[in-house]
Amino acid sequence: MNSASLTAPLASLGRATLGLMAAAGRLAMFAGSAISHLFRPPFYIAEFWRACLNIGWLSLPVVGLTALFTGAALALQIYAGSARFSAEQVVPSITAIGMVRELGPVLGGLMVAARVTSSIAAEIGTMKVTEQIDALTTLSTDPMKYLTVPRMLAATLCVPVLVGIGDIIGIMGGWMLGTSRLGFNSTTYLKVTWDFLQFWDVGSGLVKGAAFGFIVAIMGCYYGMNSQRGAQGVGRATKSAVVAASVAILTVNYLLTEAFFSA
Amino acid sequence: MIEICALTKSFGPKQVLRGVDLVVPSGKSTVIIGGSGTGKSVLLKCILGLVHPDGGKITLDGQDVTKGEREAFLTRFGMLFQGGALFDSLPVWQNVAFRLLRGSLARPKDEAREIAIEKLRRVGLGADVADLFPAELSGGMQKRVGLARAIAADPEIIFFDEPTTGLDPIMAGVINELIREIVTEMGATAITITHDMTSVRAIADRVAMIHAGKIRWEGPIAELDTTPDPYIQQFIHGRAEGPIETLR
Repeated sequence: MNSASLTAPLASLGRATLGLMAAAGRLAMFAGSAISHLFRPPFYIAEFWRACLNIGWLSLPVVGLTALFTGAALALQIYAGSARFSAEQVVPSITAIGMVRELGPVLGGLMVAARVTSSIAAEIGTMKVTEQIDALTTLSTDPMKYLTVPRMLAATLCVPVLVGIGDIIGIMGGWMLGTSRLGFNSTTYLKVTWDFLQFWDVGSGLVKGAAFGFIVAIMGCYYGMNSQRGAQGVGRATKSAVVAASVAILTVNYLLTEAFFSA
Repeated sequence: MIEICALTKSFGPKQVLRGVDLVVPSGKSTVIIGGSGTGKSVLLKCILGLVHPDGGKITLDGQDVTKGEREAFLTRFGMLFQGGALFDSLPVWQNVAFRLLRGSLARPKDEAREIAIEKLRRVGLGADVADLFPAELSGGMQKRVGLARAIAADPEIIFFDEPTTGLDPIMAGVINELIREIVTEMGATAITITHDMTSVRAIADRVAMIHAGKIRWEGPIAELDTTPDPYIQQFIHGRAEGPIETLR
């Protein structure tokens, strides 16, 4: 076996790593540029409100339904597990902490990524391949300011609100199941939940929501702006945006959990 | 006057522009012809800064286009894109008045709408289309809306990228007439890219042919038919045989 065949896998690994690092660098520069434009006029207020409507208000049903069934399923699982140790009374508190710290923000973020990242990437990708982005530039309008900044700001502000609403609906899902199927007293269930939760349990979830909202918008805009030509190019950009946003949400979730709650 | 000097641009291994030299006089209509993929659109995009050239220089009235305030520079231009490039999410009047609703040319909404409707009328469209969305318009109407948008802010320089592609001959004739009228009435400097020889004859004061990444020939429209250049003759007569290689 010659040396070339021995080093070929290493060279391939090196190229892949370099490619990944370059892509991460381009993404980081894009995000940095978007943040810097946030503080420089002009500001497109109408675009911001339109993005809030699309990202926040119209995502409410999907986030709410996800939270409702997740809360109910979580309560059922915790009940089944805790019953082995005759510790069923922990169901309200563990359901609440599971929802507000982890499942509310993560599942909310993933559902918004599926709905919003794909929509942003497809919309901006189509604008790119039909020369609408070039048209914006020729009309003296910076596409970064007009398309990316309003969406980024709207997602960063709206997703925590969605997470907060999802938390409440998720806890209500657990409460409905607990009181209707598991024999919990309604008032007691809610009192235990309220007494157990601390400010930072909820606050950490909302901070995660803001981070996930930023990721959702940046991934959609970045992949849309870099879409290749044709329907296939837009399709590939949309798929890549959703995959990248989902992986980034799960990665950032772990890092934030380490930062907030590691001993 | 736009002066382009030794302009080069490559995309990966493909060298599209190999040293383009061209002078576009003010107040005249210059038409650039050439085969598909010869870099005509890239040339326009280089002038506008949408594509960064690898080498060479472009000046507008003696000023390097890469220097100076970008918004002020772009305010002097209007462009009709090949596919219209209308914004799907905005109604027709807001597409036309886009520049008049934002930035340094911004004015009250009612006034911007009035100007948009006037520009729509100028390109032969009624006020009834103002509140429609681009997807509700035919291809010819979209081109006209694109044209109205390009002239909405009365720019000094207008670019038309294949303005009649995909239109039926009658609609193409209407668009050609509109372009000629607009250039004459507004006194604008125009650059049009087209393959359509009928359009060339209807629109052009001057013609330039781009081939193999360079300007192969340029001159007044009156000399187009009489020039002995074999490339020009093959192109304008649509001959398969000649110095321009064709794929079969």
